[in-house]
Amino acid sequence: MIAEEAIKEGIKTQEYFINMGPQHPSTHGVLRLMLELDGEIIKKVIPHIGYVHRSIEKMCEKDTYRQIVHVTDRMDYLSNHMNNEAVCLLVENALEIGVSERVKVIRTIMSELTRLSSHQLWWGVMGMDLGALTSFLYGFRDREIINDIFEETCGARLTMNYNTPGGVMFDIHPNFQKRVKDFIAHFKTKLPEYDDLLSDNVIFRNRTEGIGILSKEDAISYGITGPTGRASGFSNDIRKHKPYSAYDRVDFKEILMETGDTYSRYKARMLEMWESMSIIEQLIDNIPEGEIQSSAVKAVIKLPKGEFFQSVETARGELGVYVVSDGTKSPYRIKFRSPGFSNLFVLDHIAKGYKIADLVAMMSTIDIVVPDIDR
Amino acid sequence: MYNFSSLTNSIHESLSASLSPVMVTVVEWSIIGIVLITFVALSVMGMVYIERKVAAFFQQRIGPNRVGKWGLLQTLADFLKLLMKEHIMARSADKFLFNLAPFIMVIAAFLAIGAIPFALGLHVMDINIGVFYISAVSSIGVLGILIGGWAGNNKYSLIGALRSGAQIISYEISALLSLLVIVVLAGDLQLSAIIESQADGWWIFKGHIPVFIAFVIFLIAGTAETNRGPFDMAEAESELTAGFHTEYSGIKFAMFFLAEYVNLFIIAAVGATVFLGGWMPFHIGNWEAFNSIMDYIPPILWFFGKTGFIIGLIMWFKWTFPRLRIDQLLVLEWKYLLPINLVNLLVVAFIAMMGWYF
Repeated sequence: MIAEEAIKEGIKTQEYFINMGPQHPSTHGVLRLMLELDGEIIKKVIPHIGYVHRSIEKMCEKDTYRQIVHVTDRMDYLSNHMNNEAVCLLVENALEIGVSERVKVIRTIMSELTRLSSHQLWWGVMGMDLGALTSFLYGFRDREIINDIFEETCGARLTMNYNTPGGVMFDIHPNFQKRVKDFIAHFKTKLPEYDDLLSDNVIFRNRTEGIGILSKEDAISYGITGPTGRASGFSNDIRKHKPYSAYDRVDFKEILMETGDTYSRYKARMLEMWESMSIIEQLIDNIPEGEIQSSAVKAVIKLPKGEFFQSVETARGELGVYVVSDGTKSPYRIKFRSPGFSNLFVLDHIAKGYKIADLVAMMSTIDIVVPDIDR
Repeated sequence: MYNFSSLTNSIHESLSASLSPVMVTVVEWSIIGIVLITFVALSVMGMVYIERKVAAFFQQRIGPNRVGKWGLLQTLADFLKLLMKEHIMARSADKFLFNLAPFIMVIAAFLAIGAIPFALGLHVMDINIGVFYISAVSSIGVLGILIGGWAGNNKYSLIGALRSGAQIISYEISALLSLLVIVVLAGDLQLSAIIESQADGWWIFKGHIPVFIAFVIFLIAGTAETNRGPFDMAEAESELTAGFHTEYSGIKFAMFFLAEYVNLFIIAAVGATVFLGGWMPFHIGNWEAFNSIMDYIPPILWFFGKTGFIIGLIMWFKWTFPRLRIDQLLVLEWKYLLPINLVNLLVVAFIAMMGWYF
């Protein structure tokens, strides 16, 4: 280390603290990291959270189950559909009502589209964090098409609230299938372009390969889920392990990498986009007929007494919803196990000894969404 | 070919006829100052506009298109906005140095632009050590960055400034060594003499592969020296918020901005002058007919065309590549560019000695 050498020569150096955030271009919102630095080398990362805390869990204790669905949009706003789905699945399982096959397939397609749009945004921001400003606009260009598809069917682009307990809000728009197929065809030509621009760039490879290595054991002990954990070889895909909706009938690979460095976390997400497209392709032509809203669900939902848990795979990892019900129309206690929260706190472990620039790259590949961390 | 020195001489003579020698000097320097400042202001505005349009083109956007025809006045509007903004200074900042830093940057940029020949006879000064002079004054700019980063009393600025200090001092070597390749071939440090030596073909065509290598290294080093992406260590927006000028606002920030673009212009102009023949039209050996057709295009257009080409190249890789890390940047310079450059210089010296160039 520089400091040790300097001390030997009698020059006094001092480690210092720097506040990265809450207002910082690459903390993806209002996350505050306190960095202990030796020159540019990171000694310690202390994440301070709470700047966008809206006490969602407490709010949910006053809300009805139908209202809770809407609140979950505001957690991980990039996996909004999956968040809604988690609550809806929990309510459906607790009431022991099934949804029609049509709903299951629509939900799965929508989830995968959401995952794609989330990864597109992540890719764009990742490039920008490393200083390649153009990728940001490319990511947003392709994400725009998905948002348009959402707008047509759900009436909203970001906080869609498309899921309801027992089904979905509306039937799919007549253009839906055609537009999704057009998008898949379009994006299949654009995804290799993403690789040309970043993945195969020599500067990008130097910046990411061998940086911020997270071993499989550490990934498990820190509870790292999603592509971040799978890049370290930790098989944790809820879609595979506890299939929900229509995931049991589609054929897809769980992307597992070995090294667990920044580049493999990057690559895991890139490959996951191909898998998402393949899932959508398998389902888009086979949407079965059926009702879109189960008639078994009453207007006021009262869950039976007891504890319920449901987890889904969001774009960032495992989202768990845990509800303690006392039999009334709102939960006694609700707890969200959000993937961003667990993933963020590994930062100190992997960033030690690297430079500030590497920290930015690591933070980007962990793919944090701050409202997901501060619920 | 029109020689601008006849114009400047006639101005000088008409002034001498009616004024005392001291007044002549005063008036002439005032004219030069006004012309230079106007030129720099206009060209920087042009470059900012072009940069925005180029970025928009790369990113599949439209770019500025609201203020004025095709958004041409957008830069002017932004400049006016910066002019009217509040000057904010941290209480703990070093006031004198904080205010001094932007001026050092701008002065260094203006000093260098004085030595660039825009056309035959159109230059402020044609000193016999032109290449040396330009690389000397362009390294003053780093002082402005260091002082600015230090005086703001902000840790981000300090990191940015120190990064930039390490970077510019390193890449200065490469930039100068790659220019030396041409100096060896042309046998002169004077920029007008280097241009004259390219009358029968530009050095990039005449000098075989070594000159091409030198040109590529010059582009890399030049980009690094002007603190532009992928070498924008000092700014590193996503790491250090705004690097060395985090604490600056209003017109002082605008001065850093101005200096950055003037430096870009200087690097491009020097590259164009030394490697691509400056204002010299495209000539091929003794093809008289072809050469005389090329002479119809005015030299000033040749100069700005070539400068624009290099500016375009630099903008191209700014908007494409990710940023390097500071240690990778220094490794690139000291372990790769510098040895390549030294070997290259030896090879060129040998070629020049044997006369093995066209």
